[in-house]
Amino acid sequence: MLAAVAEGGAVAAAAKLAPPARVAIAAAVALVFASSLVFVHRRYRAWGYRERDEDLLVCRGVLLRRLSVVPYGRMQFVEVTAGAVERVFGLSTVKLHTAAARSDARIPGLEPAEATRLRDGLAALGEAKAAGL
Amino acid sequence: MIDPPADPGPAVAWERLHPLSPLIGGGRRGASLILVLLVAAAIHQKGAGGSPSVELVVLVAVLVLGLVRWLVTRWSFDGFMLRVDTGLVRRDSRRLPVARIQAVDMVQPLLARFLGLAELQIRLAGAGKDSRLAYLHVERATRLRSALLAAHHGLDPATPEPAEQAMAVVPARRLVGSVALSAPTAILVVLVLALIVLDDVSARAATAVTAVAFVYLLGLATAIWRRFNGQYGFTVANAPDGIRVRRGLVGTVAETIPLHRVQAVRQIEPLWWRPFGWCRLEVDLAGAAGRDRGAGPAHVTKTLLPVGSRSLAEALRTSVIGAVGFEPEPPPRRARVKAPLSYHFLAAGHDDSIAAAVTGRVCKVTCWVPLEKAQSVRRVQGPLQRRLGLATVYVDAAGKRVDVAFRDRDAPETERLVDELAASSRLARRHALPDPPRPPSRINGVG
Repeated sequence: MLAAVAEGGAVAAAAKLAPPARVAIAAAVALVFASSLVFVHRRYRAWGYRERDEDLLVCRGVLLRRLSVVPYGRMQFVEVTAGAVERVFGLSTVKLHTAAARSDARIPGLEPAEATRLRDGLAALGEAKAAGL
Repeated sequence: MIDPPADPGPAVAWERLHPLSPLIGGGRRGASLILVLLVAAAIHQKGAGGSPSVELVVLVAVLVLGLVRWLVTRWSFDGFMLRVDTGLVRRDSRRLPVARIQAVDMVQPLLARFLGLAELQIRLAGAGKDSRLAYLHVERATRLRSALLAAHHGLDPATPEPAEQAMAVVPARRLVGSVALSAPTAILVVLVLALIVLDDVSARAATAVTAVAFVYLLGLATAIWRRFNGQYGFTVANAPDGIRVRRGLVGTVAETIPLHRVQAVRQIEPLWWRPFGWCRLEVDLAGAAGRDRGAGPAHVTKTLLPVGSRSLAEALRTSVIGAVGFEPEPPPRRARVKAPLSYHFLAAGHDDSIAAAVTGRVCKVTCWVPLEKAQSVRRVQGPLQRRLGLATVYVDAAGKRVDVAFRDRDAPETERLVDELAASSRLARRHALPDPPRPPSRINGVG
């Protein structure tokens, strides 16, 4: 926050503006920064998953709220990925693939231990409950 | 002769394709080539009586390639697994377990019909292209097809093909009517009329436009011809080993679809067919990714009825997924705000075994998915829907965009729906027959 205000101040100073204008710009930058934090935080809070006996529940989205129910028996394979940014923070994404392209069961931002546990658990459950196409 | 590589397992009774296959293969692939060459030859001869040697060389090359292909291709069926080996430079060796068959098609292009040959296409789910045996003697292809299907249903492959019960024949007149009342025909007629009017105004402009639009017009005409040619003499029959579809005017296609492979049934009623009460019925199967391999799951859509009355479509649908004991219900009236152009059609409903939904703006599209085939259940709520207290629930079936959409339903109802649909599909799956287990490798030649 402070950094944002300082940055805004610096930009305003560099532009050689009158002090009231500097304050206004600093405030605007701070507001944008704060609101983006709020959005990211809300999006983060909207992500959720639950392992039930027979299926996996994944919900996400703030504006467009989605909830997916994917039965373990329908699972074709489990994919664990870690992008460049995710790796910096030591996180990975688990994705469940079914024969339907639109089944949307992706869980991002998992600790590696949890991702591994989920992957192995899901793979085992998928094997146990597998159903033909 | 090229010696087949030594097999590690017990001896397999390999068979070859029909010796005349190179002729058809070369004929089909080289048909356009030959046409071009003939035109070239005609021009040539007009000029200065040239020699047809180049053309002859190309023709021979095509035939030789076909012959090599025939020499290196072999197949065998041991009752559980169909093996197909082909390719000279890049060997391609396939093992197709019968338990995973999605559909078996027998295709006969015109030339093959004259020679009494047929191509067998075996469709499996998952990545990779469809596997085909081109060409076999018709009688051999029929025997192999019945053996594959019998083995697929866990019977002795020697079981003769079960008798079928005819369900529907599409009269040629009705097919012509339906093709005449289709989008390509409408576009073609409008374009031709426009050109005639333009010709009245300025003949030179009309000639110029025709020259430009010629390829497009030809494409439209081809599309219309394909539809007519492909669906001429359309016959549907029901047999214990699946629905059988026969169709085609110049070349013929005979498809067999095992009933338990159907992922979804769709009934389409275009606006311009409504006065006649006609509709089209399609089924979706889990398919090979085919051309766009690697693009994720794919499906194959097969026509079960190109045009017919609603009652006939209902009878066919009943034989495929069973009777549907409910009427889809429309969403609440406030959904009109969110979906003003499609509200008049919107409806959805489900029972313990099937989910159904009606959608569409101009074309009325009704889709049924057996809940035992449901891959996932999704609930989606956009900002406008949230304000109106609505949400959409999808039941996804295997494929790219195969789903039943409960559009714009009451929000509390959708929460209940998700639970109900998930629970029903779980129960339906439990009752459903699993894929026949793959038996131990028993090797014996099957006739």
